Amino acid sequence: MKIPAELKYSSDHEWVKVEGNKATIGITDFAQDQLGDVVFVEVPEVDAELTATEGLGTIESVKAVSDVYSPVSGKVIEVNEQLEDAPQLINEDAYGKGWICVVELSNPAEINDLLNAEAYEKLLLEEA
Amino acid sequence: MILEKQPLIFELGKPGRKAVDLPKLDVPEADNLVPVKYARTQKAALPELSQLELMRHYTQLSNRNFGVDTGFYPLGSCTMKYNPKINEDISRYPGLSLLHPLQATETVQGALEILYKCEQALAEISGMKAVTMQPAAGAHGELTGLKLIRAYHRDRNDLARTKVIVPDSAHGTNPASAAVCGMEAVEIKSEADGSIDLAALKAAVGPDTAALMLTNPSTLGLFENKIEAIAKIVHDAGGLLYYDGANSNAIMGIVRPGDMGFDVVHLNLHKTFSTPHGGGGPGSGPVGVKEDLVKFLPNPRVQCNAGVYSWITSEKSIGKMQAFHGNFGIIIRAYAYILSMGGEGLRRSSEDAVLNANYCKKMLEEAYDSPFDRFCMHECVLTSLKQKPYGIHTLDIAKRLLDYGYHPPTIYFPLIVEEAIMIEPTESESKETLDGFIDAMKKIAEEAATTPELVHNAPHNTIVSRLDETLAARNPVVKWEAQ
Repeated sequence: MKIPAELKYSSDHEWVKVEGNKATIGITDFAQDQLGDVVFVEVPEVDAELTATEGLGTIESVKAVSDVYSPVSGKVIEVNEQLEDAPQLINEDAYGKGWICVVELSNPAEINDLLNAEAYEKLLLEEA
Repeated sequence: MILEKQPLIFELGKPGRKAVDLPKLDVPEADNLVPVKYARTQKAALPELSQLELMRHYTQLSNRNFGVDTGFYPLGSCTMKYNPKINEDISRYPGLSLLHPLQATETVQGALEILYKCEQALAEISGMKAVTMQPAAGAHGELTGLKLIRAYHRDRNDLARTKVIVPDSAHGTNPASAAVCGMEAVEIKSEADGSIDLAALKAAVGPDTAALMLTNPSTLGLFENKIEAIAKIVHDAGGLLYYDGANSNAIMGIVRPGDMGFDVVHLNLHKTFSTPHGGGGPGSGPVGVKEDLVKFLPNPRVQCNAGVYSWITSEKSIGKMQAFHGNFGIIIRAYAYILSMGGEGLRRSSEDAVLNANYCKKMLEEAYDSPFDRFCMHECVLTSLKQKPYGIHTLDIAKRLLDYGYHPPTIYFPLIVEEAIMIEPTESESKETLDGFIDAMKKIAEEAATTPELVHNAPHNTIVSRLDETLAARNPVVKWEAQ
């Protein structure tokens, strides 16, 4: 299970890549593995205001429909439109081409509440 | 003999072939029955088959079907019980099957009596004051129930109550019904055993709470022992309790939702009351309410005055939920079931359903992980965690069961149990049938350990093996086109 060291993680299995005031959000390799083949991704709309721990969209796999929770608060400035035609990008490249959206952080301090790679790996071990 | 390949009906026949020869037209042909602007200019490309080809085609397809009359169908949360044939017989009586819903009431007194008495029986079984037979199935019943709850709050001018609390172990229809009703679903986390977390419930209720929707026994097949405390918390906060009747087959004739504190109930006639389920049923999801909500029930309702039945309407009604009076043919079947079983019989069927589920659970506890160490109700939840080390998942086990001639149990539900296998045998099944199924499940557990490939590539004996569900979902082709 891949857990890149440079990312931050939520206990709901989303990842965040922080660059200055911007954060890219996606779901983790563990999450995509649990979901199985993803068949539809509902991404938020550009300009939508997200609140940390609240839903930002949904992912439908052959097994189930799951909510994706925003790990941070802020305004959506970019969404991954490729997911509409190629939802499999989430399975194939969860940390890369499977990104979901980019947010302009309204409360950067929230980043400190997220897990680092080591803590997230520990969480996975506990859940297993 | 079931043929391996069955062409589509469009691929059969020859141009000009007919299933029925109509006599020659011996009256003048009417002109312009359809206004010219609507009439098609080209002939519709309909299949052209002989009657024999047509019969063979559909008979072949029907042979591929699997139903309760074909074999064991332990689909959890679905109550695939046997549909006694006397119910079918009675529903086909010409005096019932040839009625029109707009007939004058004096010509359909018997039909109204069946509706009225079936309502009364369901009210007694569920502990409610009155019942509407209009909802066409369970989720439609949920929508009806939520509309009743909203009307109740609005009528008291309590307009802030828009939130519907739903535990995360609930059927997906619960939050969906709340959304369709224009209310907001609020999810609360359940305890590991699927029961309500009282602290989470207390934190969630408030002046905006319209209702709590609850299934009892829960979707994990376990009785919610804290139901009285739950009812008190919701009622103290000013909300109502909605009973999702999906699992009523565990409690019918033993305990009543009304006595547990529920205010609104739906029952699935196509589950608990032995009417056909699957293949379009059709379903039927009557909704019962306590006294305070009776005036909001859908219009019209049957009343009985000195032995004469007629329709009444209420000004405060939420309106119609169906064009006519519900799926009447199904209501007849359910009423026939209730009368032929009697009170004792209904209780006995629930007891046997619980006994059968516990027997399966006990017999499979060694071969499979059984996460809840207590008696279950009408269904039991196992998991495939013991098979995980061999790379075998719940899906593989379900597919392998097809090779043994069984319809697989419900899988991957409830969502809060990892790799869930949910078995609901119903009371209809004999011990021999259960033993056969248990043997097959044990054999599959053995195969998972010794020849995992066999399980992983199952099914081997069906007309098609694993379909590419991912491709079908990502790229659905829903229309046939000529090559």
